Amino acid sequence: MTTPQETVERALALSSTDGCIVIADESSGANLRWAGNTLTTNGVTRSRRLTVIAIAGDSTGMVSRAGVTPDQIEDLVRAAEQAARESGPAEDSAPLIDAAQAGTGTAWDDPPVETSVGVFEGFAPALGDAFSAAQDDSRLLYGFAVHEMNSTFVGTSAGLRLRFDEPTGKVELNAKTTDMSRSAWAGVGTADFRDVDVAGMAAGLSTRLAWGERRVELPAGRYETLLPPGAVSDLMTYMYWSAGARDAHEGRTVFSRSGGGTRVGDTLSNLPVRLYSDPAAPGLECTPFVVAHASSRQSSVFENGLALNPVDWISGGKLAALLQTRQSAALTGLPLTPGVDNLLMEVPGATATLEEMVANTRRGLLLTCLWYIREVDPQPLLLTGLTRDGVYLVEDGEVVGEVNNFRFNESPVGLLSRLAEAGRTERGLSREWSDYFTRTAMPPLRVADFNMSSVSKAS
Amino acid sequence: MREIDPEFTALPTRALADAALSRARDLGAEHADFRLERIRRQTVRLSDAQLETAADADDLGFAVRVVKDGTWGFAAGIDLTPDAAARVAEQAIEVAKVAAAINRERIELAAEPAHGERVWVSSYEIDPFTVPIGDKVALLSDWSRRLLADGRVAHADASLLQVKENKFYADAAGTVTTQQRVRVAPVVNAVGVHEGAFDTMRSLAPPAGRGYEYLTGPTWDWDAELASIPEHLAEKLAAPSVDAGVYDLVIDPSNLWLTIHESIGHATELDRALGYEAAYAGTSFATPDKLGNLQYGSKVMNIVGDRTAEHGLATIGYDDEGVETQRWDIVSDGRFTGYQTDRRIAHLTGRDRSNGCAFADSPSSMPLQRMANVSLLPAPGGPSTEELISGVDRGIYIVGDKSWSIDMQRYNFQFTGQRFYRIENGRLAGQLRDAAYQAVTTEFWNSMEAVGGPETYVLGGAFNCGKGQPGQVAPVSHGAPSALFRGVNILNAVKEAGR
Repeated sequence: MTTPQETVERALALSSTDGCIVIADESSGANLRWAGNTLTTNGVTRSRRLTVIAIAGDSTGMVSRAGVTPDQIEDLVRAAEQAARESGPAEDSAPLIDAAQAGTGTAWDDPPVETSVGVFEGFAPALGDAFSAAQDDSRLLYGFAVHEMNSTFVGTSAGLRLRFDEPTGKVELNAKTTDMSRSAWAGVGTADFRDVDVAGMAAGLSTRLAWGERRVELPAGRYETLLPPGAVSDLMTYMYWSAGARDAHEGRTVFSRSGGGTRVGDTLSNLPVRLYSDPAAPGLECTPFVVAHASSRQSSVFENGLALNPVDWISGGKLAALLQTRQSAALTGLPLTPGVDNLLMEVPGATATLEEMVANTRRGLLLTCLWYIREVDPQPLLLTGLTRDGVYLVEDGEVVGEVNNFRFNESPVGLLSRLAEAGRTERGLSREWSDYFTRTAMPPLRVADFNMSSVSKAS
Repeated sequence: MREIDPEFTALPTRALADAALSRARDLGAEHADFRLERIRRQTVRLSDAQLETAADADDLGFAVRVVKDGTWGFAAGIDLTPDAAARVAEQAIEVAKVAAAINRERIELAAEPAHGERVWVSSYEIDPFTVPIGDKVALLSDWSRRLLADGRVAHADASLLQVKENKFYADAAGTVTTQQRVRVAPVVNAVGVHEGAFDTMRSLAPPAGRGYEYLTGPTWDWDAELASIPEHLAEKLAAPSVDAGVYDLVIDPSNLWLTIHESIGHATELDRALGYEAAYAGTSFATPDKLGNLQYGSKVMNIVGDRTAEHGLATIGYDDEGVETQRWDIVSDGRFTGYQTDRRIAHLTGRDRSNGCAFADSPSSMPLQRMANVSLLPAPGGPSTEELISGVDRGIYIVGDKSWSIDMQRYNFQFTGQRFYRIENGRLAGQLRDAAYQAVTTEFWNSMEAVGGPETYVLGGAFNCGKGQPGQVAPVSHGAPSALFRGVNILNAVKEAGR
């Protein structure tokens, strides 16, 4: 059996053009899905993908195939080289990353790390106990647990050899009453499932279903609203993805300055918000170097291996950086700050928990999560979407009932400028984006006038 | 009909299927099917006529799905040897045994005739994977330069997604299918900046189950589309902001397909209606008790599910459970009359046969119930778009899709578009900016006063409809004529943003 390291070396040795980047991805995954207190599907997956990016002059050709056998490596390299010769100049053409610019991975020679169904060893029995408890209590549990392990090996003709093992996991637990009229949700990101407290999650959902025993119908309007960390992640993650420097420089995003340039340096928030990424953030660790299988407006294959450092996107409430490639950094004259696969938000001095913020609320809405978020207008970054799985009315510091769902129309950038309060930062899983982005930590936020545009009858 | 790619037919499909199915049978499976797939994808993307990316990505592998003691078992593999196929069948049986302990619903499948050996190839002329990538870059570059030559266009993006999907399927009942389909999605998008505001104008050409001829032949008038975009963009940038309120709408099929997708296509998936997607994609207001009773829309509303429509993105000969694909009624004269099903859900609800909606998006994915081409039928001899517009005193004509969102039971939706035109006294009176329409599904479709004739009918669609956990994407088309709706709520996005 050929190792991924041997495959990378073999592909690089076969390269006959001006340069070559080889990425070997070894992935394994395990998942459980359940509905109505019973397991519905499960699966164990294993995949192997080889990507060859050939460089001919200032042209590139990228070919990626799954399940490549040793005798197919040369075919893949030649296909990439042919594509490079045919495709014409790449706009992001640049020298490959050298050792001085490269990030630090883990031990190159170690075999790939795999996950298996064994990752659920402690979780699955706890889930079974939760099913039994739910059955006894006339509740239905739905949800999904997934764990993936990606071992990525990057080799370049400039001499880089970098590898990283990145575990990604999450649990979503959804409780419903048997008539499906009430629903509550909790989600958590995890690297290994050892930190997942199923019983605690289920107990929290029971509390929320109980809050729904009193139903309150409210009309559309602007409401004082408490957003838990997960819902803040729903909004901030989309804003982060929209923070490309090139798009901003070209005048096509909320971060474009009217008349030209970017809004870096502008005050975005009335509070001293810090929004940042750090590949080494405790509990949210992620790949510390660029891995780009294909170029896009926010990444470049020529930057494979480039070190990813901690970066403040918003600092002291001011826009501090945008997602950059070397090409966009040259265009904008701003530092090279590539995207990182985690996002954290903090407000210095903010210590209140969500529960304490509820206790300090005279009248407002407490959300659970947001759903089906889509961009309505890129100029203000106006987003629409729905509240889901529990909107609660808070009066005089206590939850007094469950409210109907709403369609919202709000801009995360606009929200930052009118924050009434922020709490203590906690890990929070985005309901909307966690298929792609699980490593987030956000504070709960209080917004005085969240725009609930219309009522949704969905429950 | 074009032939199946010989590179695919050269793969040891039969030997692997025989090894897997016989192993599953020996181990006591009540049902076993084997699926081997090769999926070729190529993306070409240009920014301001310069190549941003050209990327090829192929998937190749197989899967064995069994029902053992009433429980699903599924496993996938990548080594194309009979021994590996037999081992994957064993893994699928093992998965079923493990899952049986916590499975409370016995899996049984609706019957499907054994179809024997079948070959099916989609309708296209030029396999896009036979066209040199340099030709594609040159074509997209030419399109981009035509846009950029107009001073009103600040930036131009162009992209082309291409997929060739080969599926081999065999089951223990005796159906063996080998299929191939091709699809392409060419898009150009122009960006304009005007007095501190920016906006975009995207081409209306829908993704299609066609070959490369779609970009170069007479099917779509690219010259006309490219020539019109700068003017459309400039007019939009200079347009007045819409006054929020209630308007009559004439909706072009380039916009209406997406509303059909979200408010009818997903709402009439029976697995959703039964709650199997409750925690993620959601459920549906169109519950089984409403079948035959619910007035989904007005009398002019007729909706079909159709996996046989030529050039449809969900079109195929046989689904991923060996079911021959079909066309059937979903809404008839406004009344809710049909669901989309797969074999498991069909049996569970007492239906004799699935209508063929099983689909897996990769060789390592388990088939899910996925959407057919769900389409709104035109009115035979019905009006033109201009005639529909002429029947509106104060309204808006909406062209092209853009933003979309709908709630988890498919009640409340909100859509925007590429272009919103004011209608005054039956005539178009210039574009409006910042508009979005928001409605409740059944109220919206019951407000549909008229549908256009066959000459207004266009097959729209998307490559990337998402569903399930782990998530899968599926391509799907939706045909629609132009249609007239009375009294729909229009929002002003600027006011919604609080600006």
